Amino acid sequence: MFKPTLFVLCLFPIVWLLWRESMGQLGANPIEAMIRELGLWALRLLLLTLCVTPIRQLLQWHALIRVRRMLGLYCFFYAVSHVVSYLWLDQSFDVGDIINDIIKRPFITVGFLSFVLLIPLAITSSNRMIQRLGGKQWRQLHRLVYLIGILSVLHFWWMAESKSRLAEPWLYVVALAILLAMRIPLTRLFLKPPAR
Amino acid sequence: MLIKTSTELSDSAVTPEAIYLQRRQFLQLGIAATASLLAPNIFAAANPFASATKSPLSTTEDLTPLDSVTSYNNFYEFGVEKTDPAQNAHTLITTPWTINVEGEVEKPGMISMDEILKNYPLEERIYRLRCVEGWSMVIPWLGFPLSHLLKAFKPNSRAKYVQFISVDRPEQMIGQKQKVFEFPYQEGLRIDEAMHPLTLLSVGLYGKVLPNQNGAPIRLVVPWKYGFKSIKSIVTIRLVEKQPLTSWQKAVPNEYGFYSNVNPEVDHPRWSQKKERRIGEFFKRKTLMFNGYADQVAALYNGMDLRKDY
Repeated sequence: MFKPTLFVLCLFPIVWLLWRESMGQLGANPIEAMIRELGLWALRLLLLTLCVTPIRQLLQWHALIRVRRMLGLYCFFYAVSHVVSYLWLDQSFDVGDIINDIIKRPFITVGFLSFVLLIPLAITSSNRMIQRLGGKQWRQLHRLVYLIGILSVLHFWWMAESKSRLAEPWLYVVALAILLAMRIPLTRLFLKPPAR
Repeated sequence: MLIKTSTELSDSAVTPEAIYLQRRQFLQLGIAATASLLAPNIFAAANPFASATKSPLSTTEDLTPLDSVTSYNNFYEFGVEKTDPAQNAHTLITTPWTINVEGEVEKPGMISMDEILKNYPLEERIYRLRCVEGWSMVIPWLGFPLSHLLKAFKPNSRAKYVQFISVDRPEQMIGQKQKVFEFPYQEGLRIDEAMHPLTLLSVGLYGKVLPNQNGAPIRLVVPWKYGFKSIKSIVTIRLVEKQPLTSWQKAVPNEYGFYSNVNPEVDHPRWSQKKERRIGEFFKRKTLMFNGYADQVAALYNGMDLRKDY
C-alpha cells in the first residue's frame, strides 16, 4: 500500500494548487504564484528522490528502491508543468522573447539547463531503456541528477536573491549539501551500519 | 395621614453653586458633541473625498480590483514581499502629518494634511501603473496636481529639480527596523516633470482615504514612469538646483537611472520590459512607450537619448 499512497500524495500539491487557483485564493498575481509553486514542488521532489538511497542504506529499508523511479518521474512532471506554465502563461510561446529571456536572465539560464538535463533521465527511466543502456551506463547517465540538483537550487537562489529573500533557498542549499555529502565514499564509510 | 410637603432639599442646595452653574455648559457640551457626530452627514458636501471631480485625464480601461490594489504592493518599509505591506502597514501612524517644503523656494514652510485637504480640491484620476518588475494595474487615485502645491511655495529660478523624501520611522515600519534597504526612501523629478499636469499628489484611491500600504497619507503618482518613482508617505519636498540621487540609483546604479520612464525598448539589465502582466489578466500585454502617456509627455524628453538617460 506504500507505493499507491505515495502516488496519490504526490498528486496532492498540483490538485491543491489548481483548487486554490479556481477559488481565487492565489493572491493578486495567481499566474506568478502558480509558476513559482510548481517549480518549488519540482525541486522538493528532486530532493525527495535523492533521499531514497541514503535512507535505504541507513535504515536497511531496501523496499524503498521501488518508489525512487516514481518520485523521479513526479519531479519531472512538476518540472514540465513549471516550464510549460512559464512558456505559455508568462511568455505566450513567443520564441524570440523566450530565447532572449533564457540568455538574459542567469537564473532562467540555469533553470532551463537543469530542465533540459532532466529530459534524458525521464526518457531512460523505463525498464526497457535500462536494459538497452545496460546497468553501468544507465547509472553513469543518471549521475546527472547531482548536477541537476545543484543547478535547480542555484536557480531558486538567484531568483530569490534579487530581493534578498534567501531564508527559504538556504534550506534547500543545506538539504542538497547533506544529500550530496552522504554520497561521498568517505562519508558512506562512516554511515554504514555495523556488520551483523 | 402624612402628606409630604416640599421640605426636601432642592438640587441647587446640595450641589456647590459653581458646579450647579456649569449645567448650562454641560448642556452646551452635549449639543456640541451631538452636532459633531452629525456633522459628517450634514456637511457631506464638504468631505473632499466624496466631492472629488472626475478628471478628463483618466483612462477608461477596466479598473484593477480594490483587493488587488491593496494586497500586492512594493513598499519595502514594511517588508520586501508583495503581501508584507498589507499585513504590516497598519503600524504607521498617519495623523497628524505634515510635509516640509524647503530648498529653492521663496516661502519655505510646513503644510499639514488638514491644510492640504482644505486648500486643494481633489480629482479622481484613473491611471495605469507599470511596475519595473513587469506587472501593471489601473488605479482610480484621488489627488491633485503636484504643481498646485509647489506653486504655493514659489519655487525660485534655481529650482531645477524636486527631491522627495519618505517618512523615516523604524519603530513604526518593520522593514525599516530590519534595514532591508537604505532608508528613508528618496526620489526625484526634474522641475518640468514635477510641474506636468499628469503628475499627481494622491491622498486616496477608490473614493476613500489612501490605505497605509499604498503610501498613506500622501504619495506621488507619476504615471509614465516605473512605479518606484511614485514615492509613498512623503514628509519632505525639497527644491534643488542639482539632480538629486534617488534611493534606487544609490542601491543599484547600473540598473536604475534618474528618469526611469516606462520604455519597452530599453530593457532592464536583468529582464525585458517589452511586456507586462496586467494584474487580473491571463496573458501578458505589450508595454506602451511612456506607459501610454507618450502624447502628453514625450516632448519633455526631446533630444534626449533614452537609452543613456534610462
